[in-house]
Amino acid sequence: MFEATDQTRRKQRQESAIKYLLTTMTVIIVLPLLLIIFYLFYKAAPILSLEFLLENPIHGMRSGGIWAPLLGTIYLVLISLLIATPVGIFAAIYLNEYSRESWMTRVINLAVVNLAGVPSIVHALFGLGAFVLFAGIGRSILAASLTLAIMTLPVIIASTKEALAAVPHSFREACWNVGATRWQTIRNVVLPNSISGILTGVILQVSRAAGETAPVMFTGAVFFKAIQTGDPFAYGLLDQCMALSMHLFTISTQVPDVPDALTYGTAVVLLGVVLLFNALAILLRIKLRGKKKW
Amino acid sequence: MTPGRRHLEPLKEWLIERFIWLCGVSAIFFVFAIFIFVFREGADYFFSGFKAGEFFTSIEWYPTSRTHVRYGALALITGTFSVSFLAMFLAVPFGLGAAVFISEFCPPRLKEGLKIVIELLAAIPSVVWGFIGLTIMNSLIVRLFNAPIGLNMFNGAIILALMSVPIIVSIGEDALKAVPDSYREAAVALGCTRWQMIFRVLLPAARNGLLAAVMLGIGRAVGETMAVLMATGHSIRIPHGVLEPVRTLTATIAAELGEAPVHSDHYQVLFIIGILLFTITFVINITADFIVRGIGRK
Repeated sequence: MFEATDQTRRKQRQESAIKYLLTTMTVIIVLPLLLIIFYLFYKAAPILSLEFLLENPIHGMRSGGIWAPLLGTIYLVLISLLIATPVGIFAAIYLNEYSRESWMTRVINLAVVNLAGVPSIVHALFGLGAFVLFAGIGRSILAASLTLAIMTLPVIIASTKEALAAVPHSFREACWNVGATRWQTIRNVVLPNSISGILTGVILQVSRAAGETAPVMFTGAVFFKAIQTGDPFAYGLLDQCMALSMHLFTISTQVPDVPDALTYGTAVVLLGVVLLFNALAILLRIKLRGKKKW
Repeated sequence: MTPGRRHLEPLKEWLIERFIWLCGVSAIFFVFAIFIFVFREGADYFFSGFKAGEFFTSIEWYPTSRTHVRYGALALITGTFSVSFLAMFLAVPFGLGAAVFISEFCPPRLKEGLKIVIELLAAIPSVVWGFIGLTIMNSLIVRLFNAPIGLNMFNGAIILALMSVPIIVSIGEDALKAVPDSYREAAVALGCTRWQMIFRVLLPAARNGLLAAVMLGIGRAVGETMAVLMATGHSIRIPHGVLEPVRTLTATIAAELGEAPVHSDHYQVLFIIGILLFTITFVINITADFIVRGIGRK
């Protein structure tokens, strides 16, 4: 009676065809990558241990662990965080709380977008020209951290802005009505209500800074530097350091005959740190969404 | 509150507001600073010995030769663009396809999961991508395509494609989400299949956002350094096929800056390449931004 006409059948075929096509495309993007990551972990498994993390690289970086590069990365990340976080948060406060729709705001937003889009190697050139040579800091942890800080600034600005924008306007109005100034409102109402969102941005910034290679390569990171194992204060602010990302580059391309386990192990530790921090940020965001009071 | 302190309150507020303003405009300052300081390092040579004609048209890149020094970057420019476009050729269909899938077909729970996976993929550091290209991807390609042993452009392009896909997917998905549901309802009410709805209604409506997604993908591919440095090989020539090695602009800076003596001609030319890269990505980003804002104003 209501038998499908040829046209309806063709439509149905089309319908399922596109669904399968798009599903396959998504699977092709996601699945091989997950396999690759599992493969990395599988190859690295034999070497992953606490000693691997706590020993210096030895024998021309062909054995030993990753203590010096790991500590270097921690230094670079923490110091760049100390510099970028306040500037980024205040910049976001300006953009979200103070500025009105004007050409100035537009230009600032464009600048942030561009800062995020500048190639990492150009950031490296900038760091070399501005901090190492012009400011005379020399190749050091400080110069590399400053370069990283400027590079990761857009990350913190973007997520802080989002967190601030999520605080309802009525909260601010209520506070203004009892006579608080703009800054008092921000400090006592807006910031406490957006702190977890801001924290998410800070965590993402950590993960970004930890993975960057090019910006630290010419501004402070060196191929090899032995430091005291077990001493968390082994680097000074004006010392050069090793960095995990650059160490991976070095042992996988510059040094011949490095055992596979060592390179895969280094890659997995770096990847693990970055993914861990990202997962943390995502968890925080999900928890936050559940807890929202408004 | 003592009268003295109350006196100070407005001053404190004023100081803090100045400081906040300063942080706000710092982004502009940094973008200018990047341009100025990178240009400054290359300026001497740029105004004295630099031959723009040779730089853009010659493929002779012999920066360390004793007698025959040449700074022709044509092969490097071609290298950058051929790798980037090959990467986009692979990434755009898959990226947009996945964006449409996630936005239109995906059940909500799977959608959350996929978005998290995509976000994690976007976070993988470029040096790890380079490492994957160097070890896993390269041996796969050599085996599957019978390619000559060694790194090649195809390898780099796949890695770049995988790196840009998350950007294309997430921005593309945002663009599709911004299309009002009434458009979809109208299309379905007219008897469109989902295929027709996507191609005739959604894609045209989200055109600008999708274009911006693709442009930001290109921007990322052109500016990517470590992954192409490690995965595309180091041969400075114009490639004739996708299985040949190439060298990009970014990789050249990363590979040679360490050896070039500070303030030598070679060193300064590398900074001029930096300015070229800055300009290319600047134009791409500004254009993408204008395209996106174009939608916002409507």
